[in-house]
Amino acid sequence: MLNAIPRGMSRRHFLSHLAGASAMTIPALTFGHSLRVHAADLKKRRKSAILLWMSGGPSTMDIWDLKPGASTGGEFQPIGTTGDLQICEHMPKTAQVMDKLAVIRSMSTREADHNRGRYYMHTGYVPNPNIEHPSYGAVIAHETMNQRPDLEIPPFISVGGGSEGPGFLGMAWAPFVVSSTGQVRNLEMGLDDKRLLDRMSALDMIENNFIGEKRGSSADDHKKILKKTLDLMTSKQMEAFKVTKEPAAVQEAYGNDGFGRGCLMARRLVEAGVPFVEVDFGGWDNHANIFPTLKNQKLPIMDRAISSLVSDLDERGLLQDTAIIWMGEFSRTPRINGTTGRDHWARSWSVVVGGAGMNGGIAVGKTNEDGTSVETEPYTSQDVMASICKALGISLETTFTSRSGRPMKIAAGGKVIKELFA
Amino acid sequence: MGRIVSSKAMGLMLSLVAGLASDDLCGAAPSKATEAVADFGLPQVKFINEQIRQSWVDNQIAPSGMASDGEWCRRLFLDVLGRVPSVKEMRDFVADKDPQKRARLVDRILNDDEYTEEFARNWTTLWTNILIGRNGGNEQRSLTSRSGLQKYLRDSLARNKPYDVMVRELITATGSTTPGSDGFNGAVNFLVMKVNEEKGTLATAETAKIFLGLQVQCTQCHNHPFNDWKQQKFWEMNAFFRQTRALRRYVEGSREIDSAELVDEDFSGEGSDPAEAEIYYELRNGLVKSAYPVFVDGTEIPRSGYVSEVRRREVLGDLVTRSAYLEKAVVNRLWAHFLGYGFTKPIDDLGTHNPVTHPALLEYLGTELRTNSFNLKELMRWIVLSQPYGLSSRTLESNVKDDPQLGETPKFSRFYLRQMRAEELYESLLVATEAHKTRGSYEEQEKSKNDWLRQFVIAFGNDEGTETTTFNGTIPQALMMFNGELIKKATSLEKGSFLHRVAADSSVKPPDKINYMFMSGLGRLPNKSEFNAANLLVQRRGGDAAAALQDIWWAVLNSNEFILNH
Repeated sequence: MLNAIPRGMSRRHFLSHLAGASAMTIPALTFGHSLRVHAADLKKRRKSAILLWMSGGPSTMDIWDLKPGASTGGEFQPIGTTGDLQICEHMPKTAQVMDKLAVIRSMSTREADHNRGRYYMHTGYVPNPNIEHPSYGAVIAHETMNQRPDLEIPPFISVGGGSEGPGFLGMAWAPFVVSSTGQVRNLEMGLDDKRLLDRMSALDMIENNFIGEKRGSSADDHKKILKKTLDLMTSKQMEAFKVTKEPAAVQEAYGNDGFGRGCLMARRLVEAGVPFVEVDFGGWDNHANIFPTLKNQKLPIMDRAISSLVSDLDERGLLQDTAIIWMGEFSRTPRINGTTGRDHWARSWSVVVGGAGMNGGIAVGKTNEDGTSVETEPYTSQDVMASICKALGISLETTFTSRSGRPMKIAAGGKVIKELFA
Repeated sequence: MGRIVSSKAMGLMLSLVAGLASDDLCGAAPSKATEAVADFGLPQVKFINEQIRQSWVDNQIAPSGMASDGEWCRRLFLDVLGRVPSVKEMRDFVADKDPQKRARLVDRILNDDEYTEEFARNWTTLWTNILIGRNGGNEQRSLTSRSGLQKYLRDSLARNKPYDVMVRELITATGSTTPGSDGFNGAVNFLVMKVNEEKGTLATAETAKIFLGLQVQCTQCHNHPFNDWKQQKFWEMNAFFRQTRALRRYVEGSREIDSAELVDEDFSGEGSDPAEAEIYYELRNGLVKSAYPVFVDGTEIPRSGYVSEVRRREVLGDLVTRSAYLEKAVVNRLWAHFLGYGFTKPIDDLGTHNPVTHPALLEYLGTELRTNSFNLKELMRWIVLSQPYGLSSRTLESNVKDDPQLGETPKFSRFYLRQMRAEELYESLLVATEAHKTRGSYEEQEKSKNDWLRQFVIAFGNDEGTETTTFNGTIPQALMMFNGELIKKATSLEKGSFLHRVAADSSVKPPDKINYMFMSGLGRLPNKSEFNAANLLVQRRGGDAAAALQDIWWAVLNSNEFILNH
């Protein structure tokens, strides 16, 4: 069931009970968005980002930076695009929207282990036992929330995968994880709102008593999540998760698969005001049989979904305020191994970005003839994040203070990739 | 679910609750930090206390007071048995005046027959998640039989098999995965999905990580800058697994997998000579090197690939169980289980590049464990009777800076809050609603629990099977606690349900019913404001006391105090 509003309840109705509420204390938990701001200009200015996360580490030299003729080149041929670059022949639809995307071909990173790479590409930091860094989704949600005071659903949504956590920003900025079907479980309480309010009052009291005993921040974090949960249960914005409300032709264009639905949901969520959506697409850990796997399984799905997402956002006027990032934790060895696969490789690879005013149709930087090293200025996770921040109007001077008091610069001091903004 | 309790029996239980003074249960006044702390006559407890106290002195912090009996009892049940104590268990313990009662309770829940099954169930769950992940065996076309591994673990843990014996069995097992099949040996399920693909690299990495606390997966492809383990060592370790294969057995006349069999076969090597069965791996620059089985400490074994001459996994089993990393890794794991943080972070990385917060203590507990024949129950006893485990979770001015969530290394000067695992919540709800005595067969119980748990698992899309959980304090968990089937069931007013029995018991006064809700869920009585609020709820429900109890019970189960082990 995917009913946004608990049976018999509307948000307005629910909130109205607060006015005449009870002899009991009005719970702080319900003071969510009682003060609404409906400023149209705010809506216009709001910026979002969509991260297409390719879990497992896709071989970018088979997709975005082909090396035909090289011993490492593999089986695929490049094709022309609407931009000033070539991409893989098995991405024909995406080739038609490449004027809106840029391929950063000189990525060079150091983490070639799945977990370390996943952490690094999501945070800009290598794992450190003494601190948990916030993922980019949490940071961007945190920095752009003031643009959307009327957002009732979580500002950081991860579709089909777990993303990385909120780190020292706290659980309130954790990704809200949903499956690509858009089904959110357990939304309905099936009680009238008066009763729900009473329950929340009683709960609020126990919560506060425990918090007052100063046992650590987890007690307080728990209460923050309760409030967000209540907001979500009573919000009409939950409609955004229902991809099946889209016309059949649109659903078909994105693809009737997890990644296609996830991309369509991302567009709906951005439209509803969510600042950061991550869509997970796994299965790129191609240590064996890489070429048939890419050609027959992975690339057709990706081609359909990405091309539809870009043109759909563009047609709706959303692309100019929405940054798209395509990346995995690393890429794969130029060398083809004994089982016709490629292994983990981080030294020279590609990330794709677009939208939010960034230049499209270009390749930034280049790799050498067989793809084993970068020949131009190498870029990192931090540099990608710095560029996205610039595109979204987030100041690179922004500094966070970790819970231990350590100052942490946004994007970990990365530098803006200037070709994206010339 | 539901056990029928006569209203007389219920009334008796409730009146016993009413007889307790609230201070016994809440421990409103923590005992003085300076109070002498018992070591229960155990040298290991004494050593832990001395070492941990020294680190407080070194860091100029003073510990929190001791936890109340109620708090301590609740955490002990959660950590050892994976559930909260029942009202009766809590009451008996709190009412006991014996100064040695903590040691006696520990002895009872570790060794008494009445807890054997629950102990085995809880540690089976924990070890299953460690050995094959939360999702192992649930994937499509998986060869792993989750229930097969659990059967093996349950038998081993119920008999308190020494840990080194268990590890040896898991590393060397041959036989069939699935209970009831010919040659069934549940222990094979640890390796069965880890040996076939990619030359057994997963078997290599997971065996080293889980049992020895050595993280070697990065070095499969290259020497790692922060790890003293080199690529050559990875492949030398890998060579131990190369005789091993998982063979599929199909259901007759179909392509459905019935079970799998883990076998050791002659390995001819990647060269040409089975008597010198070598393997090859590639350096980053494309050069190819060879490797033979050599253990992490440099011990070489005969190179023959013939099983009749050398069973490589047998030898590996010997080497692993002789390694000092074995006891260190399991001590660190159990310490983290009981205290919330290990001596290293992550707990399964004991490489020399990773600093240990209390090296002397880790070393000592490891040696003691080996001396005590790898009896993990003894290790548990030392830890849970120690001062750090007995401390309150309330922060004081004097130790506010001891907060691992702030990135500090743990000093264990208070009990760190941590959330129940999903399995603990599930079992706790059964106990709190008194439905645990009538649960159906063990297999049925575990299946329903497994089905419920699967909703929280998210697999990352890579070949290493890494995964995460949404039962992590975020919104999906809160929604489940608000509205999920499990909570609906636990708060049901249907005839025969827990709440129905309490509500319908006319021999019990309404205030005692409110007390009973708090005792069942939180192991304490309500304070004055909570009690008044509960009474107000009765009015708000128009005098429908049952509905009001339902609201109170729902609020108790949804609270931070319930879900956080404190």
